[in-house]
Amino acid sequence: MPSKMEYIDKGNKVSLLVSRVVSYIFLVFVTILSLFSFYLLLINSTRSNAQLQAGFTMLPREHFFDNLATAWNDQSIFFLPQGMLNSFIVAAFTCILTSYFSAMTAYGVCVYDFKGRNFIHKAIILVMMIPTQVSALGFVQIVNQLGLTNTYWPLIIPAIAAPATYFYMKQYIDSTLPLEIVEAARVDGSNEFRTYNFICLPILKPALAVQMIFAFVASWNNFFTPALILDKKDVFTLPIMLSIVRSRINSQAGDMGEVYMIILLAIVPVVIVYLFLSKFIIGGVTLGSVKG
Amino acid sequence: MSSTTQTAPVKHKSISYAGWGYFFIAPFIIVYILCALIPLLSTFYNSLFEYYMDGLKQIGPNFVGLQNFITLFTPRADGRLEIFNYTANTMIMWIMGAIPQIVFALLLAVIFTSERMKIKGQGFFKTVIYMPNLIMASAFAMLFFQIFSSVGPINQIITANGAPAFLFFDNEWSAKSIIAFINFLMWFGNTTILLMAGIMGIDQSLFEAAAIDGANSSQVFFKITIPLLMPIIIYVVITALIGGLQMFDVPQIITSGRGGPNNTTKTLVMALNAYIGTSKNYGMAGAVSFVLFVITGILSFIVFRSTEPKKEKKGGKK
Repeated sequence: MPSKMEYIDKGNKVSLLVSRVVSYIFLVFVTILSLFSFYLLLINSTRSNAQLQAGFTMLPREHFFDNLATAWNDQSIFFLPQGMLNSFIVAAFTCILTSYFSAMTAYGVCVYDFKGRNFIHKAIILVMMIPTQVSALGFVQIVNQLGLTNTYWPLIIPAIAAPATYFYMKQYIDSTLPLEIVEAARVDGSNEFRTYNFICLPILKPALAVQMIFAFVASWNNFFTPALILDKKDVFTLPIMLSIVRSRINSQAGDMGEVYMIILLAIVPVVIVYLFLSKFIIGGVTLGSVKG
Repeated sequence: MSSTTQTAPVKHKSISYAGWGYFFIAPFIIVYILCALIPLLSTFYNSLFEYYMDGLKQIGPNFVGLQNFITLFTPRADGRLEIFNYTANTMIMWIMGAIPQIVFALLLAVIFTSERMKIKGQGFFKTVIYMPNLIMASAFAMLFFQIFSSVGPINQIITANGAPAFLFFDNEWSAKSIIAFINFLMWFGNTTILLMAGIMGIDQSLFEAAAIDGANSSQVFFKITIPLLMPIIIYVVITALIGGLQMFDVPQIITSGRGGPNNTTKTLVMALNAYIGTSKNYGMAGAVSFVLFVITGILSFIVFRSTEPKKEKKGGKK
């Protein structure tokens, strides 16, 4: 019955066309939803305080560099370049320590059949879900007792033990690292740490890269712990500076152009990194997820 | 798995490397014990003491047993139970954000994985929807505070027609909605990617069989995709819930730490932060932490129960 088949085919084509059109419309809507705040931020960072007070426009103006200069040089409450540097230092150390040591732990559990290894693995999985906030009080007290307030040690050192990164690396090592390589290295007389650092770590590069990006972003954006540990102007990280800008706005208006510029500068580094590495990031989310 | 022990029959090759494992896991374990486990236990220990700062004078620590928990669960004079209010605020704002988050993520995941539609530009769309997740919550909070402030763009549109400015952050539901919206915006991309991975794990032949049997897209979605995706949806929902319980940055910054109007946007972790940082009431902070820990523990238990049987299935599949 060719005519009936054709009819079904045609009906399918129409419904396919309709669902495609609907899907694209939805995707465009979602894209606008995701980007409009960035767009607004960009536009507003190019407008002077007076222009911002005067009304809302969709087009950029010419004050981008004025705002940049104001935000960059303002030292009244904090010094923005200092904050960016501070955030960078903390995030860089955090991401290196997290990825290196959590991968090392996962490697240790995967490669060596030591006593209690199953217990260690289960214990780490078990504590993975505990929010950092739950132990914050005890942590802050210890930091106070050790006199480490307003230093970066309490933000950097705990990064060595990241259960979620461990879990991710464990999944990755289980599925990609052939243990024969370790054996072969032993035969060649390589010691165990050398094998890890120079033979196995390079194989784990893709997963390490993903975890480094995540750790960097998480640290760059972290607000809760730094807010409890840092209270001096010259050690502030960016999220703390944003919270100060926010509370300042309440009392008096201030320069809105500067405010938008500060927000922009706080997120620009991460956006740039993301746009270059988005393929890895999006692939990486699923890599260590439930599907394994 | 344990290839060293598998090859053990060759007797002379019995140099055991197993012990090296301890060196590899040592840094992690030591740091975890020092920076997370001991603080965790000392936090709970604190909850049993009367211990706070009265001005510059330190009160305690005096052992009071469960008094802090009793205080925490005793309603105030006006009948309000603060811990309950904070939990309810957290949950309401989470649900307001999580429902659109899951719905959007499901739709997007289905669109992206549809073999039939072959959507073009997927890379671009995925990149864009994931972007908000990487932006600091504090920046989002600041930005939305600006957008909805009394002189922000939204109010400029409202006042352009002569209407009085609407104070979004003085109204419980508009404030809650804005916070929920930010959470939705930050997380729907991440959820989409997770659900996509789940859908791609479903056996493609099921979809083909359904298409041959003449099922339309909504039948496929509700009768095949959703039921098979259920374990992952549960995983996503509960991990999102655990994340939601920790809601802090956005409401803290958008309301300048006050949780206004009238404490209606104050979350559990904001209350905890206030006890540790502002009022320095360590006893109460310990009690709140313990409550948070218990809630998280119950939820995590459900996650493990829901993902455990999946592992066996995975072993059989590949």
